[in-house]
Amino acid sequence: MSEATVDAATIDEEPTDREPTDFYERSVAGTDEGDQQLRPRSEQTAKELMREVGSVLRMSEAEAAMLGELPDDPDDDQTMIINMGPQHPSTHGVLRLMLELQGETVLRCKPIIGYLHTGMEKTGEQLTFAQGGTNVTRMDYLSPLANELVFSMATEKLLGIDGDIPDRAVWIRMLLAEMNRMSSHLLFMATNGMDLGAVSMMIYGWREREEVLRFFQEVTGLRMNHNYIRPGGLAADLPPGWRDGVLRILDMLPERLDEYDILMTGQPIWRERLQGVGVITPQEALALGATGPILRSTGVEWDLRRDQPYLHYDEMDFDIVVGSYGDAFDRYAIRLAEIRESMRIVRQILDRMPTGDYRIQDKKVTPPPRARIDESMEALIHHFKIFTEGFKVPEGEVYVGIESPRGEIGCYIVSDGSANPYRMHMRDPSFVNIQCLPHMMRGGLVADAVAVISSVDPVLGGVDR
Amino acid sequence: MSDDTVDETVEDAVEETVPEIHGCPVVDSNGQAVLHVPRDRYLDVVKTLADDGYAMCVDLTAVDGLELPGRRLPAGVTPERFEVVVNLLDIRNRRRLRLRVQVPEDDAVLPTLFDVHPGTEAMEREVFDMFGVAFADHPDLTRILMPEDWVGHPLRKDYDVGRIPVQFKEANT
Repeated sequence: MSEATVDAATIDEEPTDREPTDFYERSVAGTDEGDQQLRPRSEQTAKELMREVGSVLRMSEAEAAMLGELPDDPDDDQTMIINMGPQHPSTHGVLRLMLELQGETVLRCKPIIGYLHTGMEKTGEQLTFAQGGTNVTRMDYLSPLANELVFSMATEKLLGIDGDIPDRAVWIRMLLAEMNRMSSHLLFMATNGMDLGAVSMMIYGWREREEVLRFFQEVTGLRMNHNYIRPGGLAADLPPGWRDGVLRILDMLPERLDEYDILMTGQPIWRERLQGVGVITPQEALALGATGPILRSTGVEWDLRRDQPYLHYDEMDFDIVVGSYGDAFDRYAIRLAEIRESMRIVRQILDRMPTGDYRIQDKKVTPPPRARIDESMEALIHHFKIFTEGFKVPEGEVYVGIESPRGEIGCYIVSDGSANPYRMHMRDPSFVNIQCLPHMMRGGLVADAVAVISSVDPVLGGVDR
Repeated sequence: MSDDTVDETVEDAVEETVPEIHGCPVVDSNGQAVLHVPRDRYLDVVKTLADDGYAMCVDLTAVDGLELPGRRLPAGVTPERFEVVVNLLDIRNRRRLRLRVQVPEDDAVLPTLFDVHPGTEAMEREVFDMFGVAFADHPDLTRILMPEDWVGHPLRKDYDVGRIPVQFKEANT
């Protein structure tokens, strides 16, 4: 205990023993200037407010001022700033929103994040490429396989082996990525229902997702945080009986999804609650960098699986579902339809799953098989070295983006030629997507705020990393 | 800026002038196009590229090059301590372009992209928070992931990784 306190103290003091350069002192002084909170209206100039609104709506500040939706009177007593979260049950973790209200109307909203920040990008620099999967899989914890996949693909590109991954490994990766999309969207169905008061939907969604996670457990050993997709291939081959596991889910789901349709899609209350809520235009979504179902809900056909195909998605037959209004209902309907599309892809994968190796036989990145270790000293040493030192990755930098259930997840890796990434950055879709919240909520009712948060489907593990 | 006016002639010109786009050298990094932009032309180039069709900024991040001074850069680009990396996307033509900007340590400031791509608001705050690279004219340049009163910028290479010793039970030390 005492040791820990001493260490913490040295960490605090650590910057003072460094040679203080001008810039360093300036940046330290600058670190606490920033108040992250939403400032009261009286402390903000109209110009600042208008710039914020105007630049996203793609209009000049003067035009934005003409919108006339905001009260001219700068007094505080017209409006009220309230906190929502970080412990609010409908904020999906530790998202905190500060809302400025005038009566029941939301005028401004500011998401405040960082409550779940654990420095995973810094941690990624301390871990080798071989260990990195355990780190990234914990970022966006509802789509762990997408995280692992993009990290592995980036590493493989740096290694120059991205074209040599055995076919079976590629198909298994696709199978798991699509199953992951199903489990993630099923959980969205559950939380979206819960947030809007359809509590039975919450139970149904979790139940179906659990079936998919049970399949993941059979394949990878864990329900979440799998570390199954690794640079060079996979951790293991699919277990015997995997096909039955997939077929059981494929047989079960259509009926259950039809139940969702009866329970929600066609219900007047459900539609009333979602239609026209949290509307975003294609221009706004593109300007804000939104991807995934949010962008598609506005009618922009953009899905990396089709538009910049990776793995074998170019050989798959599937539809990209787009909405037309950009509202919360479109985002709900798109996700529901994407579960069905994923099932279509999974069926095609089942038909085409080849036999063969599940990881690349490149001695540099692949440890020898377990049986070889018992009979060969060299294999033992080789195995030991890969797991202690990792494998070296040539110098370079690379960005790989794939379509995760929430949008484009990207991995940017800079390697200096050692076994650890020099810099590992994850472009998480949720981090960018929550910037849409202020624009979706603006002018809406505070009661709809929950529906809007839910429809963006942020995962705070990915937002804060 | 409007998204729907993509000038085809400009596009063709861009294709032909490789390995230079708008006067900046383009290199191939593992099959991906990387544009090295000087700091004083950064905002202009991003604006021009937005008119060329790169209307979406997918990602903005930074690298601290403190331990990587000898990295490979095209002729005419001097390595500086920080490097801001911007990933642009052209949805219409389905292509990507990555921008790398060298930012010196003693004057770590870049103009903000907020007015061109408002989606960079949070990303620039993250870079400021993690690296201490400031973005001039950013509407709200505050820390985003770390607490407001945090000292230092964690993703810098000279920022030590904190360690808390773990005392295992039953350990005889």
